[in-house]
Amino acid sequence: MASDFHIHFPLRPNRVHEACGPSALGFAFAVAGQRRGTVLWVTEAWHADQINPAGFAPYFDPRNLLIAKGKDQTDVLATAEEALRSGAIALTVITVTKPIGLTEGRRLQLAAESGKSMGLCLVPDGMGSNAAETRWHCEPIFDAADSTLQRWEIIKNKSGTLATWIVRWNVEARRITVVSETGERPVSQVAPD
Amino acid sequence: MGYSDARAFCLDLQTHPADPAGDQAFLQVLARWAKRYCPWVGLEGADGLVLDITGSAHLFGGEAPLLHDIHQRLARAGLFVRSGVADTRGAAWALAHYGKGIAARAQQLDAIGQLPVAALRLDQKPSIALQRLGVRSIADLHALPRATITRRFGPEVLLRLDQALGTQAETISPLPDPPAYQVRLSLPDPIGLQADVMAGTARLLDQLCDKLTAQEMGARVLQLCLRRVDKGTQEIDIRLARAMRDPQRILTLFERGIGDIDAGFGIDQMRLVATLVEPVAVEQVTHSQVEAGDKLDDLITRIGNRIGLDNVQRFLPADSHIPERSFIVAPAAYSTPAGRWVSLRERPIQIFPPEPITGAGATPPASLRWRRMSFRVERATGPERIAPEWWLSDENWRSGVRDYWKVETKQGRRLWLFYTPQNPAWFVQGQFA
Repeated sequence: MASDFHIHFPLRPNRVHEACGPSALGFAFAVAGQRRGTVLWVTEAWHADQINPAGFAPYFDPRNLLIAKGKDQTDVLATAEEALRSGAIALTVITVTKPIGLTEGRRLQLAAESGKSMGLCLVPDGMGSNAAETRWHCEPIFDAADSTLQRWEIIKNKSGTLATWIVRWNVEARRITVVSETGERPVSQVAPD
Repeated sequence: MGYSDARAFCLDLQTHPADPAGDQAFLQVLARWAKRYCPWVGLEGADGLVLDITGSAHLFGGEAPLLHDIHQRLARAGLFVRSGVADTRGAAWALAHYGKGIAARAQQLDAIGQLPVAALRLDQKPSIALQRLGVRSIADLHALPRATITRRFGPEVLLRLDQALGTQAETISPLPDPPAYQVRLSLPDPIGLQADVMAGTARLLDQLCDKLTAQEMGARVLQLCLRRVDKGTQEIDIRLARAMRDPQRILTLFERGIGDIDAGFGIDQMRLVATLVEPVAVEQVTHSQVEAGDKLDDLITRIGNRIGLDNVQRFLPADSHIPERSFIVAPAAYSTPAGRWVSLRERPIQIFPPEPITGAGATPPASLRWRRMSFRVERATGPERIAPEWWLSDENWRSGVRDYWKVETKQGRRLWLFYTPQNPAWFVQGQFA
């Protein structure tokens, strides 16, 4: 199971992907850490929850991040399309709060293809667009020994199969590594602190 | 004279640090104001203005009313001024510094004859030497044979005397006008097609950018005014993410605005103004790098024209332990990525305004409800005490010091809680990855 992770995880370039679930933000930062170049974060201006640069600095350099705050979802999608099409941005992260229609999703997809850029929509559960290349459901899981453990699950894939992985963030190497399933894992000797 | 000596003479002496640069800037402002009297205004030394009012004095009713007007207005502004009017610049200088009033036409010697020789704008050395010889006034100097003066003091003294009396010419060099970055185009027949307006804009942009290049400036904000035949005016503003003077790149940015214009019965005049300019140095163009940076700036401009240039932002690090103040959000167009992101402890990737939860005691509750979800706490790491910054008054930190805990729940979520021991209560402020 763990071996085919590398087929999916550096996400397919020139496409728009989606992520949902409680750990979608962490997923977005992990993806951003793999892209070289500027990352544009597009959100609606009214959000009280905001990303904390001191927190995601281990994932990727906040100096490479630009934030665009739109008035409503139309602004957000238009800004994202512009950014994807320009080709100046390596990754465009789009936070949406309302469902994306097929037309909007397809437009984003075409923009990403023509600009040779990558898009990632952070969507609320069940509000994704059918045009997305892959959709990932990410949630943190509790483990007595490891406080970075997450479950990443592909719940939609246009060009492949669905799968689930347990991953952890390797702090020293600054990358995501796949952990074996619970049954196959060696019993942890580390006492929780 | 030292300050303490001066204090001995004048007990209520006030002192202020000298600000020569500020004084110069103020003098420039004053010179611009003085253009209401005549177009030829120049600077005179560090603290004076010289005006060539030839041919403009009658507009104010003559020299005396003009001088009166200047004094009145400057007095109202709280300035003390000395002034002099004469046929020559030298005589006017002498009157302003050592006398007052207006010299009658071609009567310079009568007007300034009784003034000391220092009023001739002489250096300290010749003026003191002349006084030691008993030549106290300008009239005395004028009475001496010219050859002896030159032999003894060099040509400068006689030059100044001749300039004051009008036998030697002296000019005023006025301050240059600031360049105006605007161009316009009047059309014999009204136009209405989008392509035509774009072509007109391209022509205007070429002219404007030539002007900007000549002055080594770049436009930051541009305004295109389109006047229709029915005298209605429509304006398109674009704000650029970086000062630019490249007509091709700016033209594409106008496309969206021109598409929204209602041409009505046609447009017969176009005007393009760079309302905000910044100095842009000429730079070496290379094949690598420049491309990507330019593309990014263009993108910021395009996005900025849709959602507002201030809404495209970036994070800059700030020196504070307070989580919500450990970074600054700055407009990307007016800042460059800088600084180092160092955090000594793990910080949540998402923060929000504190949300209260129920809990009691100094250790995290065993179970909690947050955002209509219930969690069972499995592990809590902490506390990390953060004290408010007393030198800033912050509403949110009124409740005193905070003990921060990282809490891992059985349901998976890892939350950042804090407890305020001085006003016992629990809050959630962030979420870890």
